[in-house]
Amino acid sequence: MFDLYGFGDLLLAGTWMTIRLILSILVFGLVLGMIGAGAKLSRFRVLNLMAEVFTSIVRGIPELILILGIYFGGTVAINNLLSALGYDGYLEINPFAAGVVALGTAYGAYATDVFRVSIQSIPKGQVEAARAMGMPGTLIFRRIVLPQVWVVALPALGNLFLVSQKDSALVSVIGLQEIMRASAFAVRYTKKPFTFYLVAAFIYLGLAVVTTVGIQYFEKRTGRGLRRE
Amino acid sequence: MDFALMLTSIPDLLRGSIITFELVGLSMLLGMILAVPLALMRVSHRLWFFVPSYAYIFFFRGTPLLVQIFLVYYGLSQFDQIKGSMLWPFLREPYWCAIIAFTLNTAAYTGEILRGAILAIPHGQIEAAKAMGMSRFLLLRRIIAPQALVLALPGYSNELILLLKGSALASTITLLELTGITRKIIAETYKPFELFLLAACIYVLITFVLTRIFNWVEHHYTAYRRPPEEMEAQG
Repeated sequence: MFDLYGFGDLLLAGTWMTIRLILSILVFGLVLGMIGAGAKLSRFRVLNLMAEVFTSIVRGIPELILILGIYFGGTVAINNLLSALGYDGYLEINPFAAGVVALGTAYGAYATDVFRVSIQSIPKGQVEAARAMGMPGTLIFRRIVLPQVWVVALPALGNLFLVSQKDSALVSVIGLQEIMRASAFAVRYTKKPFTFYLVAAFIYLGLAVVTTVGIQYFEKRTGRGLRRE
Repeated sequence: MDFALMLTSIPDLLRGSIITFELVGLSMLLGMILAVPLALMRVSHRLWFFVPSYAYIFFFRGTPLLVQIFLVYYGLSQFDQIKGSMLWPFLREPYWCAIIAFTLNTAAYTGEILRGAILAIPHGQIEAAKAMGMSRFLLLRRIIAPQALVLALPGYSNELILLLKGSALASTITLLELTGITRKIIAETYKPFELFLLAACIYVLITFVLTRIFNWVEHHYTAYRRPPEEMEAQG
């Protein structure tokens, strides 16, 4: 086992921060992905076009640029807005919030197409039948569409979540005390960069393994009504 | 919005883009060289081939690229043997550290893509080739490689775009590629909004061009899948 030079607690706190961060990113991204898929499948051409532009642009921007842009650009934009409104204090965006918005947006852009494809995979007849039964739109979505979309989308959403987990390390660049930042702190005091970054790597590997097992459990559970060929 | 600053920063950012291209191009080539044996080891049934390649791919796909860069750039200096070695002049440079980290990372992803492509080749073809008495190398060169490389193209183009986006991380080890130059100009002018927007546009543009090139290459090499009338219509 590694000798953690008394920095074990700090790394544990960092891990907890990373877990909170990635779960918030997941929620933000799932909601955004649903909205995006709704826009892509909408009857209105303007919404289709907006969603298309949004996903193709966000997919081309490095996550680091998204994080730095939202954190620093957002801070400047908010302060300009505030001074225009006559408020002369200085506000700084919280790095946690900036990380959630930036990586949640990236997750949402990829999840949009996952949801779109899953919704399209549901036979049209089912929705027509539900409508013929007199179900309102929201009920159709909740009872017919959503439970099936979930099954189809889960593996891809899980993979995207694994990507977000790894990208969450980038939020350390704007000062959030997560795993990487905690490791960098320990490195500064111990001068053992290899040891601590390797420990960080293994924490991420551990998180990835837990997530993978979790996804497999959910896949089995949600897919239990499905016939297997 | 400071459009004048955006306009005057374009030449600097384009100079940064050249370094980004170098990083991506070199890592892509070196990564491919490493990925081929990795993929072959990964599909092997022999334990001492399979296990090391599996562990390698598991580690590099399961950990953040940022950790990998820091392990190479900051981590290696922990060992006096490395500091004393002939390689140290290279390993001290952020440029080579970034290339080493990107190469090791992309090799793992590419290896996994190639493995999928190799496994997608119908087994009967391989059995037939063996029955004809082809040697292993000939089988690889004539039957597996030409088909697997085409099958791997869509996955590989995705990986290349991820590598391009990942190359922005080189700025965290003080390298002045596209993101690094952008951050440097922001530190001097404090106009983060304008400059990150400009950098984002350049990245999106590069992604767009790369995607187009790959679509064209894929279209070209999958001609055999299209019906003959369509090919005749194209001339």
